[in-house]
Amino acid sequence: MSMSSVAARPGKVLALILLAAWMAPAGSQEARIQLGTPIDEDQLSGFDLIAAPDGSGMPTGAGTARQGRSVYELNCLRCHAVNGEGVSGNTVIAGGDMRSEESPLRTVGSYWPHASTLFDFIRRAMPADAPKTLSDDEVYQVTAYVLFLNGIVGEDESINSETLTAIAMPNGDGFVDQSHLH
Amino acid sequence: MTGMNWEKAAGNGLLNRRHLLQLGLTGLGAAGANAAFGQDAGAILQIPEWSRMPGANASAYGERSRYAGDLRRMAGTPDPIYPGGGASRSPLQFLQGTITPNALHFERHHAGIPDIDPAGHTLVINGLVRQPLAFSYENLLKYPMVSRINFLECSGNSGALLRGGNADGTAQSLHGLLSCAEWTGVPLSTLLDEAGVLPEARWVAAVGADAASMGRSVPIEKALDDVLVALYQNGEPIRPGQGYPMRLFCPGWEGNISVKWLTQLKLMREPAQFRDETSKYTDTMPDRSSLQFTFPMGVKSLITSPSGRMNLPRPGIFQVTGVAWSGHGAIRRVEVSADGGATWAEAEMQAEPGDKALARFTIPWEWSGGPAVLQSRATDSAGNVQPVRDEVLAARGTISFYHNNCIQSWGVDNGGAISNVYV
Repeated sequence: MSMSSVAARPGKVLALILLAAWMAPAGSQEARIQLGTPIDEDQLSGFDLIAAPDGSGMPTGAGTARQGRSVYELNCLRCHAVNGEGVSGNTVIAGGDMRSEESPLRTVGSYWPHASTLFDFIRRAMPADAPKTLSDDEVYQVTAYVLFLNGIVGEDESINSETLTAIAMPNGDGFVDQSHLH
Repeated sequence: MTGMNWEKAAGNGLLNRRHLLQLGLTGLGAAGANAAFGQDAGAILQIPEWSRMPGANASAYGERSRYAGDLRRMAGTPDPIYPGGGASRSPLQFLQGTITPNALHFERHHAGIPDIDPAGHTLVINGLVRQPLAFSYENLLKYPMVSRINFLECSGNSGALLRGGNADGTAQSLHGLLSCAEWTGVPLSTLLDEAGVLPEARWVAAVGADAASMGRSVPIEKALDDVLVALYQNGEPIRPGQGYPMRLFCPGWEGNISVKWLTQLKLMREPAQFRDETSKYTDTMPDRSSLQFTFPMGVKSLITSPSGRMNLPRPGIFQVTGVAWSGHGAIRRVEVSADGGATWAEAEMQAEPGDKALARFTIPWEWSGGPAVLQSRATDSAGNVQPVRDEVLAARGTISFYHNNCIQSWGVDNGGAISNVYV
C-alpha cells in the first residue's frame, strides 16, 4: 500500500495512530495495550459485595436477632425451617457438633470458621429465589438471627460490622490452610 | 486373530501395547458396531445407496450424524429449593481423544446460568491496586490472547465412590464432572499489571455475575502465573453454561475456582472467606480438622471403555482405553490391570501428554470369558501416583467428599457385564 493511498483514507490513519498509542512503551521496552477504564472505589459501593473477616466491605447498619426473626420467617423459613433445621442436607444451618461420634452435622454454628461469611453470603446469594433483595439492615438482622439459632449471640445483641467480625466462631480454629502447598 | 502369538504384558489377558498398531480394533464406544465386516467377512460389497445421489447441502450449524448415537450430558433433576443449582455430566464413555465438545462439557452451577448481554457486563479490578480499573468485553477482545488445552474437573467429581454403592454407575454418572478444552483468553497477569498490584496484595477474590455472585479467592502467585480471563472455548465464544462472556480459568485446580461470568477481581491481603471456600469445597479429616484451599486436582485416570453398564459381547480381544490427568503437571504414564491390581501393564499414550490436560491411553486386552477387574493407575510428571480407594479412605476418612482421585475398578462378570466394584 502506498503512502498516498493511506493519506486518502483518514479513518485508517486514525486507526493506525490509535494502535501506535496503545503499543507505545509505558516506562519500559515492553509494548502494552492498556484499555481498562480508571474508576474510584466509591463507584463500587453498590457493586463490590465482598464482606471480609477483617471488616472490609461491611456496610454501615446493624440488626438484632429479635428484629431478624420476622425477616427470617418471611424469606428463609421455607427452606431453612423454623429453627434452622432445614428441609434437606444443604439447608440445615443450625446445630451439629464437629466432635460428635457419628459423621458430624456441619452447619453455620458447628462448621463455619468466620461470621463475616454469613453476612457476605446472605447479602450476595440469599434468599435463593430472590437474591440481593434484602437491605443491608435486614442482612444484619438475619445474620444475627442465624447466629442466635446457633447459640452464638443473644437475642438482643446488636450485630454490625464491628461486633460481627469480633465473633469467634465455635469451629474458627478448625481449618488448615493448604494454600502454601501449591 | 486366533492362532497369533500375542505377547502378554500382565495377568488375565493384558497384551503388549505395541500390538495396538496391528489390531486396529475399535473400543466399545457408542458407535461401536462394525457390521459391514464384523458379521460376515465373506459378503460381496456393493456401492451403497448414498453414493448414488447428491447429499444434503452445506449447513449453517453442524449436527452429529443421526446414526452416531444420542450423546448427551446427564443433568440432575431441578430442585425447587436450590433454583439453578446442580450439574450436568459429560458422557465420557462415548468420547474419544481428549477434547470435550462444547455442548458436552460438564456444568456445575450454584444459581443457574445468567443470560448476560456482554454490552452490559463489566470486569472490575479493585482493592489493593494502584488504580482500580473497569474493562468492557469489547475492550478485552482487543488484548493479545493465549490458548491452553487444560482439563477442568469439579472437586466433587467421583466423590460418591467414597461412600460406596453405585454398582450401576457409569463413567459418566460417577466421573462425568470432568472435561477438557482449549481455553483462549487474556492472561490475568496482563490485566493485574495494568491495574498495578500493590506489594501487600496476597489474594485475588474473584466474583461471578450469576445470581449467587459466586466467589472464590485465588493466591496471588497462581493469579500471576498461568490463570486466564478466558473468552473462548474450543475456538468459539465461551458458552453461557461455561461463563459467557468470560470466566476465570485456573489450570489444574478444582473447577469451582475457575469462576464463571467473571465480573470482579479484588486484590486483598487475606482470602475473602466466601461461602464456597469455607462451608463448601473444604474437606473434614478423621481428626475433625478441615482442609481449606486444597486447589490442585490430584493425579487420576479412568478407563472409559469398557466401563460401567457396558457388555462384552463375546470373549476376544478388546481395546481398553481411557483418560488420565493431573493438576500437578503432565501425565508420565498409565498402567492398566485386568486382575484387580495384582499385575500391571503399561498402556500406550495416544499422544504426548500435555500439561494439566487430559491424556488418552490404550492397551489391548484379551478377555477369556472369566471374571476380571479392570483398573488404571496414572503417574504424573511430579512423580505422584494415583492411589487406591483404601489409601484415600485411610488418609481422608469418610466425612471428606471432595478431591477423590482413587483408582476406579470396573468388574467384568462371566457374562461380560461390567459394573462398578470395590476391591
